[in-house]
Amino acid sequence: MPRVQMAVTDPPTAPPVLELRHITKRFPGVVANDDVSLSLHQGEVLALLGENGAGKSTLISILYGLYRPDEGQMLLAGQEVRVASPAHALKLGIGLVPQHPMLVSRHTVAENLALGAGSAFFPARGMRGRIAELSSRYGLSVNPGARVADLSPGEKQRVEILRSLLRGVQVLILDEPTSVLTPQEVGGLFRVMRELRAGGKSLIFISHKLEEVLSITDRVTVLRRGRVVGHAVTAGATREGLAEMMVGRNVSFERKRGQSHAGLPLLSVSGLSARSSRGTRALNDVSFTLHHGEVLGVAGVAGNGQTELIEVLAGLLTPDAGQALLDGQPLLGGPAERFALGVAHIPEDRIHMGTVPSMSVAENLSLRQYARAPLSRGGVRDLKAQNALAGREVQAYSISTPGLATPTRLLSGGNIQKVILARELAGNPKLILAVHPTYGLDIGATDQVHSVLLAKTTGADGNGGAGVLIVSEDLEELMSLSDRVAVLYHGQLLGPYPVAEVTRERLGLLMTGGSADAGTAVSGQAAPGAAVSGATL
Amino acid sequence: MIRFVQLSSPGRYRSLWVSLAAIAVSLLLAGVVFAFYGVSPLTAYGAMFSGTLADAQGRAEVLRRAAPLLLTGAGLTLAFRAQFFNIGAEGQILLGAVFAGGVALFVPVPAALMVPAVFLAGFLGGGLWALLAAWLRTQLRVNEILSTLMLNYVAASLVGYLIAGPWKGKNVRGFIYTDEFPASAQLATFSGTQVGIATLLLGVVAAVLLQLLLSRSTRGFELRVVGENAGAARYAGISAARVTVLVALITGGMAGLAGAGEVAGIQHKLLEPSQISLGYGFTAIIVAWLARGNPALCMVTALLMGVILAGGDVLKINLNMPFRITDVFSGIILMTLIASEVFVRSGVKVGR
Repeated sequence: MPRVQMAVTDPPTAPPVLELRHITKRFPGVVANDDVSLSLHQGEVLALLGENGAGKSTLISILYGLYRPDEGQMLLAGQEVRVASPAHALKLGIGLVPQHPMLVSRHTVAENLALGAGSAFFPARGMRGRIAELSSRYGLSVNPGARVADLSPGEKQRVEILRSLLRGVQVLILDEPTSVLTPQEVGGLFRVMRELRAGGKSLIFISHKLEEVLSITDRVTVLRRGRVVGHAVTAGATREGLAEMMVGRNVSFERKRGQSHAGLPLLSVSGLSARSSRGTRALNDVSFTLHHGEVLGVAGVAGNGQTELIEVLAGLLTPDAGQALLDGQPLLGGPAERFALGVAHIPEDRIHMGTVPSMSVAENLSLRQYARAPLSRGGVRDLKAQNALAGREVQAYSISTPGLATPTRLLSGGNIQKVILARELAGNPKLILAVHPTYGLDIGATDQVHSVLLAKTTGADGNGGAGVLIVSEDLEELMSLSDRVAVLYHGQLLGPYPVAEVTRERLGLLMTGGSADAGTAVSGQAAPGAAVSGATL
Repeated sequence: MIRFVQLSSPGRYRSLWVSLAAIAVSLLLAGVVFAFYGVSPLTAYGAMFSGTLADAQGRAEVLRRAAPLLLTGAGLTLAFRAQFFNIGAEGQILLGAVFAGGVALFVPVPAALMVPAVFLAGFLGGGLWALLAAWLRTQLRVNEILSTLMLNYVAASLVGYLIAGPWKGKNVRGFIYTDEFPASAQLATFSGTQVGIATLLLGVVAAVLLQLLLSRSTRGFELRVVGENAGAARYAGISAARVTVLVALITGGMAGLAGAGEVAGIQHKLLEPSQISLGYGFTAIIVAWLARGNPALCMVTALLMGVILAGGDVLKINLNMPFRITDVFSGIILMTLIASEVFVRSGVKVGR
C-alpha cells in the first residue's frame, strides 16, 4: 500500500506533549495497529481520521491504558511511559471523553464528578467550587445539581469533559464526540474545544466527518487498516484529499439522489399518537404520506419520537390513536406479519435488536424467513437451504466474513449492517424503515448502504419501487438521500418539506424547537439541548 | 499482574478443556476437604473408583443415579438456553412422582398401558408445576429463580400431606407412605439392579430429541433467539412468552419423568420427599451446566455426577464419612464450574 504523504510537519519546538513511536498491537487474526507513530503538541487539536476498523479505537485504548501495545513506545513530554490502566492514564494527565457517556444516570452531575476524585465523606459537596470555576473558564455550562438522567447528550458530554479537566489532564481524547449531537450542540462543543486549546490543553479529536475535522483541527493523522497513511496540516488539506487518503479512492460528495420518481401513495399515516415504553407521550397526531419510489427523511434529535414512529409502523408498538394504510390496506399485525406484507425494518440498534450476535451469519440472515419454505418444512429447518441462501447473500452484498458459521459478534459494524440489509431487502419489500442506517459506518460501507437503499426505489416492474422512510441524525445524509424531509420535535411531525426548499440550518432550528420561519435570529447561544431535555430537576 | 484478555474467537474445544480443568480443580479441592477430615485423598478417590466404576454393583448404582439426572439435566439445559432459570426441578420431580403415583394407585388403566400412562402423568405433573412459574413470569414478571425455588417447598409439603393424609396406605400401619403400586405400574429393571430400563432409555432418547429440537427445529431456533437476544426476538416477532411456556413445559416435564421413574422403578410407592429424590433436581443443575447448553452432552455429564453421587455412598459406608460429603462434592464442582466460565471466553495473561 503506497503511503501518501501530504505534508509532514513537526513544529521545531519543545518535545511533543505526547508521542507514539512504532506502536504495534495484534489481536488474534488481525493487526489492529501496525507501526503507528504520531505526535501531539501543546495547544493543538489533532484529528485521528480513519474508517471503521482502521485502528482508531485500538489506538485510543492503548493511550488510555485499556490495552498494552505489543511493540513500540509511548512518550509523555519526552519521558517514556507505560500506561497500566485508565486510572493511571488520568494520573499521567491523559483523559478520555467516551463516545457514549459513562455516567451514573441516577446521580447528580456533582456526584458523578466526585466519583473517584472527591473526599471520602460528602464527596460531591466540596466539588462545586471547582466545577463552577472550570465551567466558566471553558464555557462548559452544566448544572451540578441536575440528575444525569435528565441531561441531553450534549450536556452529558460536557460532564465527561469536566470530569477529565477536574483531574487536571493535559491531553484530552474525544472519541467521535459529535455523533450524538445536533448541529447547534456541535457548535457549542467546538467553542469549548477552542477554549481548551487556548488554555494550553492538547486534544485528540476522532471523527468520520471530514467537515468537522477541517473546521476544528490543526493537524490530521489518517489511519487505514491499522497503519498511518498520512499526516496533514488541516489548513492545507481538502475534503477530497483527506477522503481519498482514508479510503484509498475518490469518493463523491454530491447529492446521491437523482430525480425523484415518486409514484402513487404507498403509506398513508393519519392522526398517529403513541406512548413511549415509559408511558410518556411520544407521538402526537402525526400524519404524512409516503409514495412509491420516494425517499422520505425524518430528522430530529434522538428521543423526539423517531423510535416510536418506526416501532408503530413495524408493528412493535401499539398506537393510542390513528392509523396507517399500506397501499390502501390497514397496516396491522405483529412484526412478522408486517414483514410478510412487505415492511422491511433496518433497526437503530444492530447489536441488541437487528442481530443475535452469538448466532452465525447464516442464522442471522434467516431470522425473518426461518419458519418458511425453503428454509424449513413442517417445523424442521433445512440447514442446507439456509447455508445456500446465506452464501448467495454474502456474495451479493459482499459481506466480509470468515465463514457462514461465524457468529456476527465477530464482524465489523459495516458487515453486520450488510447482514441486516441483505436479510431485510431479500423479499423485495414495499416499505423500508431505516433508522440510522449508516451510524458508525465508514465511508465505503455508507456508500454501499446508500446505493442499495436508493436502488430499491426504482421498481423493476415499472410499478414504482419501494418507499423508504429514513430516520437519521445526520442531516448531510438526509439531504443527500431524501426527496422530502420532515422533522420530529416533541412527537410532532413538521413538514415534510421538499428537499430543495430547506437548508441544513433551518432543519437544525426545527430540530431544536425554533420555528420554521425564525430564520437565523436564534443563534447557537440559546443553550443547545435545553429545549430538548425538557425540565431538569 | 494477572489479567483476563477477551478472546475474539475461542477455539471449538475450549469449553471442553475448561470444563475438564474445572473438574480437576474441584477434585483437588475436595481432596483438601478429605484431608482435613483425616482421610487421605488418594484413599478416598481409590475407594470411590473401586466402589463404582470398577465394580458391577457399583456401575449399577452409578446408572441408578444417572438416569434421573439425565432426564432432569437435559430438560434444564433447554431452560438455561432460553434464559429460564429453573431452580425448581426438585419440586417438579416430586410433582411428577405425585401424578405418576396418582395414576398408578387410583386410575384403572389396562396393564399394558400402565407404564406409558405413569410416565405421561409424570410429565404433566412436572410440566404443570413449572408452568406455574412461567405463568407468573410472563403475566406478572415474577422472577422464575425465586418462584421455582419456592415451589420446591410447596411441592415437598404437598407430598407430605398426601402420604400422611388422603393417600396414606391402608396396609402400612404406622408408616407414612402410600400402598404399593400395582405390579403393572412397576418398571422392569436390569436384572439384579434398581435401574429402570424404561427410565434410562427414555433419558437417552429424550436427550437426543431435545438436541435435535434445539439445532434443527424452528421452535428450537426461536428458543435460542429468545435466550440469546430478547431484543432481536421482539424485533422478529418471536413471542418470548410462548417460548417461555414451551420451555417450562419441557423442563418441568422432563423432571416429572424422572420423578415418575423413581417411584415406579425403585420405590413402588409414594413416600417422603427426601426419599423420592435424593437432591437430583439440584444436582441436575450441575449436569446441565457442565453440558454447556447441549442436551445430548448430558449423557456424559449425568454419568459423571452419577459416579460422584454413588462414590459418596462408598465414602460413607467404607470410610465412615458423613453423608453430606456428596453435597460438599457437588457444591465444589458447581462453584469451580461457574468460576471457570470466564476462561471459556477469555485467556489469561501474566505480566503487563
